[in-house]
Amino acid sequence: MHLVYPAVLSALLFCTGVYGVLARRNAILVLMSVELMLNAVNLNLVAFDAWLRDSLHAGQALTLFVIAIAAAEIGIGLAIVLMVHRARGTSDIDRLRDTSEPAMDRFPDGTGLSGTDPSGAAPARPDDPAGPAATNAEAGA
Amino acid sequence: MNLATHGAALQAAAGHGFLSPSGVEIVFLLVGVVTLGAAVLTVTTRQLVHAALWLVVALGGLAVEYLLLTAEFIAWVQVLIYVGSIVVLLLFGLMLTKAPIGRSPDADSAGRPAALAVAVAAAATLVWVVTDAFRATWIDLDGPAHGSTKVTGQALFRHWVLPFEALSVLLLAALVGAIVLSRKYAAEAGAGPDAGAGTDAGGRAPRTGERQS
Amino acid sequence: MTTTTLAVLVPLLPFLGAALGLLTGRTAPRFARPLALLPTLLAAVCAVLVAFRQGGGAGGGTPPLDAATRLTPTGSVPVDLSLHVDGFAALVAVLVGVVAVCVQLYSTAYLRHDARYPSYAALVSLFTSAMLLVVYSGDLMVLLVGWEVMGICSYFLVGHYWETPEARAASIKAFLVTKLGDVPFLIGLFALAGDAGSFRIPRILDTVAGGGLHHPTLVALLLLAGVAGKSAQFPLHTWLPDAMAGPTPVSALIHAATMVAAGVYFVARLLPVFTASTAALVVLAVSAAVTMVGSALAALAQDDIKRVLAYSTIGQLGYMSGALALGDRDAAVFHLLSHGAFKALLFLGAGVVIHAAGTNSLAATSRMGGLARRIPTAFWTMTLGLLSLAAIPPFAGFFSKESVLGAAENAALGGSVPPSGTAGVTPADGAVAAGAIGPTASAALGWTVLLAGLVAALLTGAYAARLWLLAFRGRGAPAPGHGRQPLAMNATLWLLAVPTACFGALAWYLGDWFDGQRLTPALNTSLLGTGVAVVGAGALYGAWRRAAPRLERTPLGAVAAHPDEEPALTEAAAIEAHPVVYGDIADAPDPADPGRILLGPLHRHAAAGFHLDALYDLLFVRTAQAGARLVRFLDREVVDAYVRGAGTGARWLGAAARRAQTGNVQSYLSALLAGSVVLAIAAVLFAAGV
Repeated sequence: MHLVYPAVLSALLFCTGVYGVLARRNAILVLMSVELMLNAVNLNLVAFDAWLRDSLHAGQALTLFVIAIAAAEIGIGLAIVLMVHRARGTSDIDRLRDTSEPAMDRFPDGTGLSGTDPSGAAPARPDDPAGPAATNAEAGA
Repeated sequence: MNLATHGAALQAAAGHGFLSPSGVEIVFLLVGVVTLGAAVLTVTTRQLVHAALWLVVALGGLAVEYLLLTAEFIAWVQVLIYVGSIVVLLLFGLMLTKAPIGRSPDADSAGRPAALAVAVAAAATLVWVVTDAFRATWIDLDGPAHGSTKVTGQALFRHWVLPFEALSVLLLAALVGAIVLSRKYAAEAGAGPDAGAGTDAGGRAPRTGERQS
Repeated sequence: MTTTTLAVLVPLLPFLGAALGLLTGRTAPRFARPLALLPTLLAAVCAVLVAFRQGGGAGGGTPPLDAATRLTPTGSVPVDLSLHVDGFAALVAVLVGVVAVCVQLYSTAYLRHDARYPSYAALVSLFTSAMLLVVYSGDLMVLLVGWEVMGICSYFLVGHYWETPEARAASIKAFLVTKLGDVPFLIGLFALAGDAGSFRIPRILDTVAGGGLHHPTLVALLLLAGVAGKSAQFPLHTWLPDAMAGPTPVSALIHAATMVAAGVYFVARLLPVFTASTAALVVLAVSAAVTMVGSALAALAQDDIKRVLAYSTIGQLGYMSGALALGDRDAAVFHLLSHGAFKALLFLGAGVVIHAAGTNSLAATSRMGGLARRIPTAFWTMTLGLLSLAAIPPFAGFFSKESVLGAAENAALGGSVPPSGTAGVTPADGAVAAGAIGPTASAALGWTVLLAGLVAALLTGAYAARLWLLAFRGRGAPAPGHGRQPLAMNATLWLLAVPTACFGALAWYLGDWFDGQRLTPALNTSLLGTGVAVVGAGALYGAWRRAAPRLERTPLGAVAAHPDEEPALTEAAAIEAHPVVYGDIADAPDPADPGRILLGPLHRHAAAGFHLDALYDLLFVRTAQAGARLVRFLDREVVDAYVRGAGTGARWLGAAARRAQTGNVQSYLSALLAGSVVLAIAAVLFAAGV
C-alpha cells in the first residue's frame, strides 16, 4: 500500500483536530479535537511501523501507550472541566480569561485609550507601577 | 532528497502502479474519506452530542484503517478504549456540564477564521511535505501479519515491559487525580457527617484554589 | 628669631587664631575674644619687627628678603612657598596688622552680644591672615590663594546680617563682581608665569626686565581686570557701595583699608609688567580718572553715611591707580598707607555715629541736634579723618595726596616717567620701563591724572564738608540717648587718630623704604590741591547755609533704632529700614541737602551711581536671565519632548501589546500554531533549496 495514503490521512486528521482545538468553544469539544489529533499521530505510528517493519514494534507499542495516556488525559481533562464548570458555571474556554490584562479603562495615562480620569485611577492602585510615573508626567507637564 | 536516491526509489517502486491502486488501497481510501468526513463533522457540528457521535464514527473508521494496516490488536484496543470508554466519558462530561441538547449557535468561538486559516495552512504544508517525501514509498503488507495480537504481545512484554509497567502507575495516578479533582466536597455538597477528618484536610487545598481563581 | 621666621609667623598666627576660633566658637565662646585679639596683635607686633629689621631706614639699597621652600613638585611651573619682603611689603603688612588689631578690638564692643561673634571674629582673622599672605608672598600662586580667600571672607562678612535681603544681595554681588575680574586675573597670571617659567615674583621681574614677556599688553590688561575687581575701580566698582551692608568694622577693615588696597598693592609689586605696556597704563589712567571724578560726584549725593565713605574709598583708590599709571608706586603705596589709616578711622567713627544716632541717614542726622556733644570722641577723630581725607595740611592725607599730585605734575610737565623697579633695580630695568612709554604719552597720562585729581580734590573737599556738617552740625531735636559709647570703640578711634594726624611726617623718611622717590610735598601742587579742597568745602558750606531754612520746613522721619540695642544691631536695623522709609538705599528726598543744591540736576544720577547698576542689570542680568529662560524652554519643550516621547511611545507599544493579552487561550494557541506553520514552511523551503 502506498505510504502516502495513511500519511496524508493522518495529516488531514491532525489539522482537523487543530481546527477543532482552536475554533471550538466548549471545553469538552476541545478535548474531542485533542483526541482526533492523538489518533492522527497513532495512525502515523502504525503506518510507519508497518512500513519499516521494526523488529521492536516500536510504533505499535507507542500507539498503545498513546492510547493509554490519552485515556488518562481525557480522565484528568474531564475532571478539570467539571471542576471549572462547577466553580464558574461555564465550560466555555473563551470565557475563562483570568490571565488577561486588566480592562482598558484602567489605562493610567489618559492618552485616549480611556475616558476615565487618570488621576482618579492612579491612587486607587498603588501597586500599579505606572502610577508614580503617570503622576510624574503630570507634574512635569 | 537527492536525485539519485529519488530515482532508485522510483525504480524499486515500479512494480506498484501509482495510478493503479490495489483493492486494499481502495478500501483504505474509502474508509479514510469516511473517517475524515466524520472528523470534520465532529469539529464543525453545532450539536454537541452529535459531535461525540461523529467522533465515534471517526475513531471507528480509524480502527478499520488499523486493520487494513495489519495492526489488528491496535484496532481492537482502539475500539475498546476509544469508542468504548473515552467517548462514553466525553458524553458523561457533556451531560455533567449541562451541555445544551440540540443546536447551539455559539458552539464556535470568535477566533474561528483564524483557526481555519491556521488549520488549512498547516494541512497544506503537511500534505505537501508528506506527498513530496513519500510519493515513491510503499508499505509491504504481504507476509506474516505484522500486528497480530501474538506478535504485539511478544514485543510488548519482551521489549517494552518497563514502560508498560510505568504506564500502569501513570494510569493509576490519573485515576486517583481524576477522582480527587471531580468529587464534590462536604462543604459544597452540604453533606457534613460522612466527610472524615482526613478527606477534610485533603479537601482544603482545592477550595482555596477555587477561592483564588 | 630670624627675620624670616618672624615674617612666616605674621600670616600664620591669624590663621591659627581663625582655625581655633572656628573650631571652638560653638563649644567655648568665652575664648572667642582672646582668640580673635591675641593672634592678630602678635602678628601686628611681628610685622612691626619685620619692618624694623628689614627696612629700618637703611635706604633703597637694602636687598629685599627672599626666602622660598618647595613643598612638592607641582608640574611644569613650580609653585613655591616663598616670601618676598621689601619696604612696600613690610609697611603694608604693618598697616594691615594695625588696622586688623583696631578692628578686632572695636568689634569686641560693636558686636558684643552677637550670637555669631565667634565665627565673625574667626573670619576676620582668616581675612587678616590671607591679606598678610598676599602682602608677603613672593609666589604669585600663593598670592592668588590669599587673594581668593580674601574674596570669600569678604563674601561671608558682607553677608553677616544675612537675615536682611540687602546683605544677601550685596554679598552675592560682591562675590560675583570680584570673581568677574578674578577669572581674567588668573589667566593673566598663567600667561605671565608661562613667559617667565616661574611664579616667583623676582624671577618674573627679571624676565620683564630682560624683555622676555611676549604679550605684555595682553598680560597687563588681564591682570588689570582682576585689580579693577578687587580694588573697585571703574567699571567693576559697583560692588563696593553695596558691600556697606556688612558690619561697620568689616567695612573699615576689608572695604576701606586693606582688601580693596590689595589690587593697588599687586600692581605696585609687579609695576614693571604694567609699565612694559603703554596700553595698560593708558587704561589704568583712564579708569583711575573716571573712577576719581565719578565716585566723588556719587559720594556727594549719597544719603547713607557709609555709602559716602564707600564712594570716597573708590575715589582714593583711583588716586592710587593714577599714581601707578604714572609709574610712581612710591606715591601710590604712600597714599595706600595713609588712606588705610584715616579711612579705617572714618568708618569706625561712622559706626559710632550710626549707633549714637540710630540711623545711617545723613538726612536724618542733619535734623538731629547735639550729636557732636554726645559722642565727642567720634566727633573729634572723624573731624581729623575728614580733614585728612580732604587733604588739608598737615594731616596724613595731605602728604600722600600731594605725592600723587606731585608725580602727576612731574609727568605732565615733561618730567620723564620716574624710573621704577624693585629696590635692587638695575639701570637697565628703569630704561626698559621708561623706554616703553614715550614722553608725549607720559605727559598725556600726567595731565589726565593731574586734572582728574584736582577735580576730585575739589569734590572731595565738598563731600567731606557735607559729611561733617550733616552728621555733626544737625539742627533739631537732640538724638535719643544711647548711653556712653564702649571704651573699646573710643580707644580704637584715638589709636587710629594718631597715624591720621601724624603719618604725613613720614613723607621725609619713607622714600628710603621704597624706590627712593621724593614724597615730600611740592609748593605749587600743595597750594593747588589744598586750594581746590578749601574751595569745594567753602562752596558746600555756602550751600548748607542757604539750605538751612528748608531744614525745618521739610521734616523727615528719622530712622531710629531702639536705643538699647548693641551697635551692630542698630546698624543692621538702620540699613534695613533705609529703603523702606526713603524708597532707595542710597538716596533720601531731602531738599535741604547741600549736595543736592550743588549738584543740581546731576544729583539724581549721582545718587544712583550714574545708573551703572541698571546698565549692568540690563546688559548682563537680563541677558543671562533671558538665556536661562531660553535654556529652560529648550529643556522643557524640546529635550523633554524626546524624553516624554520615549515614554509615550513605550506606553503606546505597551498598550498595543496589552491588547493582545486577551486571556483567550485559543487565540494564544492560534498565534503559536500559526508561527509554527510559518517556521515549518520556512524550514521546508530552506531544505528544498528554493
